[in-house]
Amino acid sequence: MTLQRRWLIAAGAGFIVALVLPRVGVPTFYISLLTQAWIYAIVAMSLDLLVGFTGLVNFSQAALFGVGAYAVAIAATRYHVVDFFPVVCIGIIAAVVTAAIFGLVALRSEGVGFIIITIALNEIVWGLAYQWVSVSGGDNGITGIVRPPVGPFDVSANTGYYYVCLAFFVISLILLSIIVRSPFGLVLKGVRETPRRMRALGYNVWLYRYFAMMISAGFAGLAGVLFAWYNQFVGPTSLSLDQSTQILIMVILGGIGTLYGQLFGALVVVFLSNELSAVTQRWEMVLGVVYFVVVMYAPGGLVVLVPRLWARLRGLRPAVERT
Amino acid sequence: MTHVTRFGWLAAAGFALASLGADTHVAGAQAKTFKIGFLYPVTGVFAAPGKYMQEGLELYLKEHNGMLGGEKAEVDVADDQGNPSVGLTQLRKLVEQDHVDVVFGPLSAAVGSAIVPYIEQHKVAALYPIVSSDDITQRTPSEYIVRTEWTSSQPTHVLGDYAYKTLKYRKVATVAYDFNFGWESLGGFIDTFQRDGGKVTKEVWTPLITSDYSPYLSALPRDVDAVVCSFSGSAAVNFIKQYRVFGLKMPLLCQGNTTDESTLDAEGPESVGIVTALQYSAALKSPANEKFVASYAKAYGHDPSYYAEGTYVGAEYLDRGLAAVHGNTADALAFVKAMRAVRITDAPRGPVHFDDRGNPVENIYIRRVEQQGGKLQNAVVQTFPNVSQFWTYDPAEYLKQPVYDRTHPACNACGG
Repeated sequence: MTLQRRWLIAAGAGFIVALVLPRVGVPTFYISLLTQAWIYAIVAMSLDLLVGFTGLVNFSQAALFGVGAYAVAIAATRYHVVDFFPVVCIGIIAAVVTAAIFGLVALRSEGVGFIIITIALNEIVWGLAYQWVSVSGGDNGITGIVRPPVGPFDVSANTGYYYVCLAFFVISLILLSIIVRSPFGLVLKGVRETPRRMRALGYNVWLYRYFAMMISAGFAGLAGVLFAWYNQFVGPTSLSLDQSTQILIMVILGGIGTLYGQLFGALVVVFLSNELSAVTQRWEMVLGVVYFVVVMYAPGGLVVLVPRLWARLRGLRPAVERT
Repeated sequence: MTHVTRFGWLAAAGFALASLGADTHVAGAQAKTFKIGFLYPVTGVFAAPGKYMQEGLELYLKEHNGMLGGEKAEVDVADDQGNPSVGLTQLRKLVEQDHVDVVFGPLSAAVGSAIVPYIEQHKVAALYPIVSSDDITQRTPSEYIVRTEWTSSQPTHVLGDYAYKTLKYRKVATVAYDFNFGWESLGGFIDTFQRDGGKVTKEVWTPLITSDYSPYLSALPRDVDAVVCSFSGSAAVNFIKQYRVFGLKMPLLCQGNTTDESTLDAEGPESVGIVTALQYSAALKSPANEKFVASYAKAYGHDPSYYAEGTYVGAEYLDRGLAAVHGNTADALAFVKAMRAVRITDAPRGPVHFDDRGNPVENIYIRRVEQQGGKLQNAVVQTFPNVSQFWTYDPAEYLKQPVYDRTHPACNACGG
């Protein structure tokens, strides 16, 4: 059996499990945590497009995520635009426009310079959310965002909304997979590996990076929209630098450059942080140890670590995992 | 081969999830106890005052053998980390999984505002022992929430009036945190002080995370009768120390959190002489408070702050509210109503009852930091009895103005 077919089967099985989970008595709290994981997986995948495929370590992903979320809140509370699809479009467009501005500034440099600029950009957007009270509600954020129906379906309950987020996760995964396998995606990989050679070959490296940032922002904005409806609240913590770091951690944990690995990164971060904090006050320390172990012993992320451990348990040689 | 292992792994994960859920379901459906969902910052930037909240609640339960309203009380702790998104997730857990009878908390105003829609949708009773955002009991009150402590501007309304009428100050400058709590607390001062006839000549706002206050201290005018401030936690410590190091001579008049018992020792002798207003002081001389402070200090080795007194008194509301509805918390609205009907005459902070929007009417104390026997304390210099969140204003008129923020009430002598 080819590697690809195995993956398709595994993915299909995972999808079916995801579909039936709300129907087999899993408590609503866990359903809502899973919903959160689907949302974070989308934004983590969007960052993976930059970190894993384009070689840009972007610390402003939370700002784009947050712009999407605030777009929902502001559209709903100030302009009474509440329908599902128009709001999704507004959120995505807002994030893409923001990224278009970010890109003009940040892409003037590379490497560490790029990281520092994106940190600064994230802080600027956070500062706006925190202090531009007439628009953002300041520290108290914006509440009263109602989940609109999707066509004929009422998704105000946890289960319905779970399926919405699951669907968007699957769509995002498929779209991003197509993008990274397309000629455009191959150029991005080339840019990641040797920008200088790509320039010599006549590619406009700057423009490819710029487009990658905007595509990535579209997905981040989508995740932000879903997050705003999920919490029915938006506040500055959802676009803080902490949040950017957390998204990056999901990418590193899951497996840089794998896309689907981000789901595992998101699941681990969401479940560990919520379950551990109920068990011990030192949960952040435990999380730190987990991150450390993964980065030290499985730099490829969980998607490499888990099958490898499994294989070792059964005395087998590890299979080749990275595609 | 490998695909089989992956199937196995996914199945195992699914099974683990399902069984995790099954366990908690059984646990949730057990015997008759009163379950308190205690949502507070166990970790994060608010962890230090969060500790006081935990101690206050614990002390009340200890003194009452773990019984509230004739029922065995069980506390389910959830850590909101001072972050609204986390608070919402933890609240879902308390409500959907632990099936708590009441939500008790949080500390952060941002968390407090974020969870209101969820509380209303799920019709859960909530008691806010600390959160002070004005609008929770002003422009957007909720029938499901009883707020037992204060509004941000409630003590500073008094402080503004006191500054003008008693201290005879006519011209002040203000400096505070640049976020909702800073605006609301100073807004109260500026409003009453200016209406009395005082002038505010400069407003300085500092970012939430600032370790070096010197640029903001330089911006303060020297020709004022006093500087009015509002800080808390480590920001208060930093601000006071640097104010003294700068050699500024203008007296400090501050919102009560600035010299809270939880940071007073860290502020040290530099805090002596600062005049503040709050609904509580550990140094308050009353039999109820002296008894509370003695047993608190015995149990935890330090003085209580208003965070501790807040949850201690909050627990008494649960206790008496629960007794009034005979343990029936299924009707959350009735339970909240019962708690709002409770009148406590001998709380450590003094007598407390609620106005018709569910905010306490209580004493506000003017306090002055003094050193007695090597110990710093907020000595009470004057008591303003039965202060409402609307001060002496007509509630309907008061609510017509927007909530206090950076630009409201407008500073009457800035730049002039």
